[in-house]
Formats: sequence, structure tokens, C-alpha cells
Amino acid sequence: MTGEREGPAARPRLAVLYNPKLRGIFYQLVLLAIMVWLGIEFALNAKTNLQAQKIATGFGFLDNTAGFGVNQSLIAYQESDTYGRVFFVGLLNTLVVSAFGIALATAIGFLVGVARLSNNWLIARLAGVYVEVIRNLPLLFQILFWYLAVLGALPAPRNAISVLDGVFLSNRGIAVPRPLFGEGSGLVLAAFAAGIVVTLMLRFWAQARQEKTGQQFPLGCAAAGLILGLPLLVMIAAGFPIGFELPQLRGFNFVGGVTMIPEFTALLIALSTYTAAFIAEIVRSGIQAVSRGQTEAAYSLGLKPGRTMSMVVIPQAMRVIIPPLTSQYLNLTKNSSLAVGIGYPDLFAVFAGTTLNQTGQAIEILAVTMAVYLVISLITSALMNWYNSRLQLVER
Amino acid sequence: MKPVVIRLALAAAFAFTAQAASAQTLKTVKDRGTVVCGVSQGLPGFSNPDDKGNWTGLDVDFCRAVAAAIFNDATKVKFTPLSAKDRFTALQSGEIDVLSRNSTWTSSRDTSLGLNFAAVNYYDGQGFMVRKALKVNSALELNGASVCTQTGTTTELNLADFFRTHKMKYEVIAFATADETVKAYDGGRCDVFTTDVSQLYAEKLKLTNANDHVILPEVISKEPLGPVVRHGDDQWFDIVKWTHYAMINAEELGVSQKTLDEALKSTKPDVKRLVGTEGNYGEQLGLTKDWIVRIVKLVGNYGETFDRNVGPGSKLGIARGLNNLWNNGGIQYAPPVR
Repeated sequence: MTGEREGPAARPRLAVLYNPKLRGIFYQLVLLAIMVWLGIEFALNAKTNLQAQKIATGFGFLDNTAGFGVNQSLIAYQESDTYGRVFFVGLLNTLVVSAFGIALATAIGFLVGVARLSNNWLIARLAGVYVEVIRNLPLLFQILFWYLAVLGALPAPRNAISVLDGVFLSNRGIAVPRPLFGEGSGLVLAAFAAGIVVTLMLRFWAQARQEKTGQQFPLGCAAAGLILGLPLLVMIAAGFPIGFELPQLRGFNFVGGVTMIPEFTALLIALSTYTAAFIAEIVRSGIQAVSRGQTEAAYSLGLKPGRTMSMVVIPQAMRVIIPPLTSQYLNLTKNSSLAVGIGYPDLFAVFAGTTLNQTGQAIEILAVTMAVYLVISLITSALMNWYNSRLQLVER
Repeated sequence: MKPVVIRLALAAAFAFTAQAASAQTLKTVKDRGTVVCGVSQGLPGFSNPDDKGNWTGLDVDFCRAVAAAIFNDATKVKFTPLSAKDRFTALQSGEIDVLSRNSTWTSSRDTSLGLNFAAVNYYDGQGFMVRKALKVNSALELNGASVCTQTGTTTELNLADFFRTHKMKYEVIAFATADETVKAYDGGRCDVFTTDVSQLYAEKLKLTNANDHVILPEVISKEPLGPVVRHGDDQWFDIVKWTHYAMINAEELGVSQKTLDEALKSTKPDVKRLVGTEGNYGEQLGLTKDWIVRIVKLVGNYGETFDRNVGPGSKLGIARGLNNLWNNGGIQYAPPVR
């Protein structure tokens, strides 16, 4: 390193030792080497000590039989499956509650954030109360509140609250009918897909036409007709191939249909309402960051308040909203590990909890769990950054 | 600049290569002046704090006996409450010296966790509790039921085995702590609460209407519960193991808190060996000759601690059953002190 001669030509006789650029690189390399060495040292030391105490190491345990049951699984799982499969069961449970949570939190958050700026005194105050109450109470407390006080207060399955004889609410969860796909249901699904594709194309065409001629097209009605009407017609034509399996009370619980367990519901509601309170504030600050002149300009062009909001203010506010919104999405995903408090089988509960306890391999399991949360978070923020860069002000 | 970097690096090297203290538990305990004992977060009869923070129970008394044998002072114990999930990690990492927390002895825990089970201080088995209103008389009628259990326990595994063996369906809801599990069962989230039978009796006392619940007759597993230590320190392993055997032997030879003074004057050779008036068996363990006297005087023999905590002398009122001495119809048996 020190033998190289590279430096600003203006100061040729300055010793290499005092070249600020080279010194900088040198210290960076030293630091990097120390970090790498510490990491290796830590791993080797942990391995030696674990071996000295005869604690099992390595990832062989992933192929061992788990032997315990899990009450919600998106993939087929039974007790005789391996810990490796338990990992995926837990991961999917984490992802599903995070994904629904993010969607719901965004919807509620935008609604409340806009409502807080409403000219209607009552709506604005209600939104304010919502934000202040929800964001100032601990999340775990809210999860327990929904789980024990709200969902836990529902009647036992035998006295379940029935909605239209197909949906049953009880303290065992919400049982809903399960669609049964008979012969010819492929056609209905194809019609549904076709409806979506045609709607998207129509939207594209309508936009182009509006830009050219200023004429508008009633896209809403057309979309409803295509996405809902078309499959319905096909379904009638094919003789109702899609049926429903209704949940029925048999023995202790509801059998048939799909049951949404109360642990999931409580976690989803708590996570999304809690995060929505923060998102509402972000949305409010984003909207207020857009200069008042923009609104006034839109009004003077004759745009109605709703249109002004959706077509002038929000698109500009999004640039302020997206970066902090990303943080909230990441928070929601990480907060989903509080599921452990109410027995929802997420990654943290079944893998970093039960599996760790049964196998005792804390270092491996915690490292994997950390890596998973890190990867989920990095992917989320990569997507949001991409979206953010698309929304940036395009200067013409 | 460079020497500083090197010094830092060396310091880090020492910090990271320091071996986990494994062999010297007795010395560590003596230097510290207390035994650090991992117990449950509150299980009446086994380890339960009262409103003043005093711990009582069979598992608590066991740790007190270890402290009595070492320090001649049964109060020199620090109790660390642990959930089922965290207990073994706490022991592995050296946070506690001994785990006395109604933990089941299994082959995998004894081997791959780097732990040693020292003895069995309570022979238990897993059972089921249901509401009387369900009119269930046998565990075989539980097809389709929702079952509450604690995660990270052998209970969770036995439950899965039982339902699989009998080709019955079930929904398991696994909670991290015993309290959450009981609360969920009490709140009606599940039809069945399952854990070790002794624990069912204990938790039943906490339910809103204890009389509305019934413990089913089936016992579906073997749950030998006992104290656990780390691999790699045979002396400490011996001390913990022989503390239990000392308490059993004391009961077998009729040495109790009441009869201790007579025992010290006894001329019977086996009693003399037990109370240390003959031989130096305590010293062989690294303790004193009168170590068993200390245990019995300050804590009591096995029968006394059983009666006081889980037996007829307690709220639980569990019969001795399997936990009777071997010569009294049970299977509690200890190798002799000699």
C-alpha cells in the first residue's frame, strides 16, 4: 500500500504517508479487516464453546420432524412435517398478516389523514381523536384489547352470531363459506381475468382520448360491467359451476367453510389501526406541504374540491408522503412479531419460539429469523424507493 | 495511531476468545454468595411468589436445599422466573446455575441442548381439563376440539401425538406463557386445557369458577420433572443430583425436621452416615460433612416438602401416588449415602 505513489500533482514531494486520500483508504481497509476478523472470531468461538458443551450446531435440524401442531397454515402442514416446513408456515403467516395489514393501514390512514383536514368540524375532530388515542396507546396493549376484550367477548360456537346463515362469529373465529370450484368454473375465472385486462386497456385508451380531445369516458360503469357483469353472465351460461361450502357447527367447532382465527383478526385489526394513525399524520403533513396556491389555481380552473384533491394535491403530496410511509410499512411488518403475545403462529412464534425451544439451537435460528426480517424489510423499501422515484417531479 | 489500533484489536480478541465459564460452578456460586435458580413464572405448588415476593413450592424448596447444603443458609437463593420458552437458553448461557422449573426429562433435552437432568423430583403425566358443561367423560371424545397449550413444552408434542394416534382432529392454540394459556381457556377460546396433571390442579385454582371444570381421567404421557444443570461440570451435577437423593434418603431413614436432633445422636450406621457423624461423604462432594443436616434442618426431607407444597398439607391436595418412596408403593428411590 505504502509503496504506491499517487497524489495530487500540485504537491509532488508530499510524503505518501501524509496523502489524505491514501490514509483514508488505509483506515477504511483496517476497519474492514477488523470487522471481518471479529465476525470470524465470533463465529469460531461460538462454535468451539457450543461443541465444548455438546450443544448441537448446524442446520441439520431443519430436516427433523417438528411434531407439534400449528393452527393456521397457508401451505399443507401436519405434525409429521419438518422444522424446515414450520419455517415456511411461520414465514407465510407473517407475510399474510403484514400484507393485509399494510393494505388496510394505508386505506384507513389516507381516509383519516384527509378527514383530519376536512372543513367539516365534526369529521376533522373525530379524525383527530382517532389519531391521538390510537397512536398514544402501546401496540401490545391494543392487540390484547382486540383479542381478549373484543373478539374474546364473542359467544361460544354453540351460540354463534349468524349473518345470513353463512357467516358465523364466535370466540373461535369468523367462519365464512368456502367457494367450491366445479366443472366449468375455469371459464368464469377466465371471464373475470379478461374483464380486468379489457378494463385496463380501456383505461389506457380513455386517458389517451381525454388528453387529445378532452372528452371523458364513464370508466367506472364500464369496469363494473366488465369485471363483475361478464363473469356473472358466464356463470349463468355455464349453469353455476361455483358453489359454496357453508360452515356447520359439528361437535366442538365449525366444520367446513373457512375460519379466520381470532388471533389473526385481532393482530390484523390492531396492527392496521395503529399504523393507520401514523400514516394519517404523514398524509396530513404531505397534503399541507403542497402550497395553497396549487389548490387555488385548481379552483380557478373550475375543478371541484374532490377533483382538486385527487388530481392536483395528492399527486404532489405523495412525494412527501412516500419516504415516511415506507418506514411505517417496515414498522408494521416488524411489529407483527408481537403476535407471540396472543398465540398467532407467525415466524417469530413458531420458528424463533417453539422450534428454538425444541431444538435449542438459538444462534442458528435467531440468525435466520433476523435475516428474514431484514430481507422482507429491504424488499419493501426497495419497492417503495422504486415507486418514489417514479413519482418524483418530472421537469419538462 | 497504529499501536492504539493493535491494542484495541488485542482487547477485542481476548473478549471474544474468553471461554464460557463451564467447569467452576460451585466456586462461582460460593464467590457470588447465592445460588441463581431458574423457576416458573408462577405455578402454585412448584414455584410461586406470594404478594410479598416470597417464593414457595417444591421446585423452590429444592433450590433452597442446594443453598442450605452449600451456605448453611436456605435464603441464599436468587430466583429467576422463566417462561417455558426461555428456560433452557437461560441455563445454556450461564444466566442461572440450576433450572428447577417443572421441566420434563427427555432424551433430546438431555443430549442436544447441552444440559443434564440431575434427578426426578416429581413424576408427572399429561392430562386434560374441560368444562363440565361439555359433558365430556374421556379424552377420546375430544375429536374436533380446540386445545390451549403452552408453547415450547413436551405437552405440545404429546398433544399432537395423542390426537394423531387416535386419528382425531384438533386445533391447537399455543401461548408463550402459562398465564396467557389459562386466560385464553378461561375466556372460552378453547374447549380443552392440557398440561401436566399437577399443573392442571394448580391452574384450576386460578379459574373464575374452578368447580365448573373437570380433569379427565386419561394421563397420556410420562413427565418426569426434575432439576437441570449444564453439561461440563460434573461436580456441580453431583451436588444437585445428591441434594435430591439426600432428601429422599432422609425421608426413607425417618430423618425429618422434628427428628433431626435424635438422628444426630443415633447409633444406626446408615443414619450416622447420612447426618455426617460417620464418614466424610459431604466433603467428597466438595461440601461439608453436615450437608444433609443443613438441608433437613433448613428445608426438610422430600416427604416434608411434598406435603407442604403439593400434598395434603397444601391447597392442591395431590396424593403422593408415584412420588411415594419405593418401599411405600411409589417409585422415588435414591442410591445410598456411603
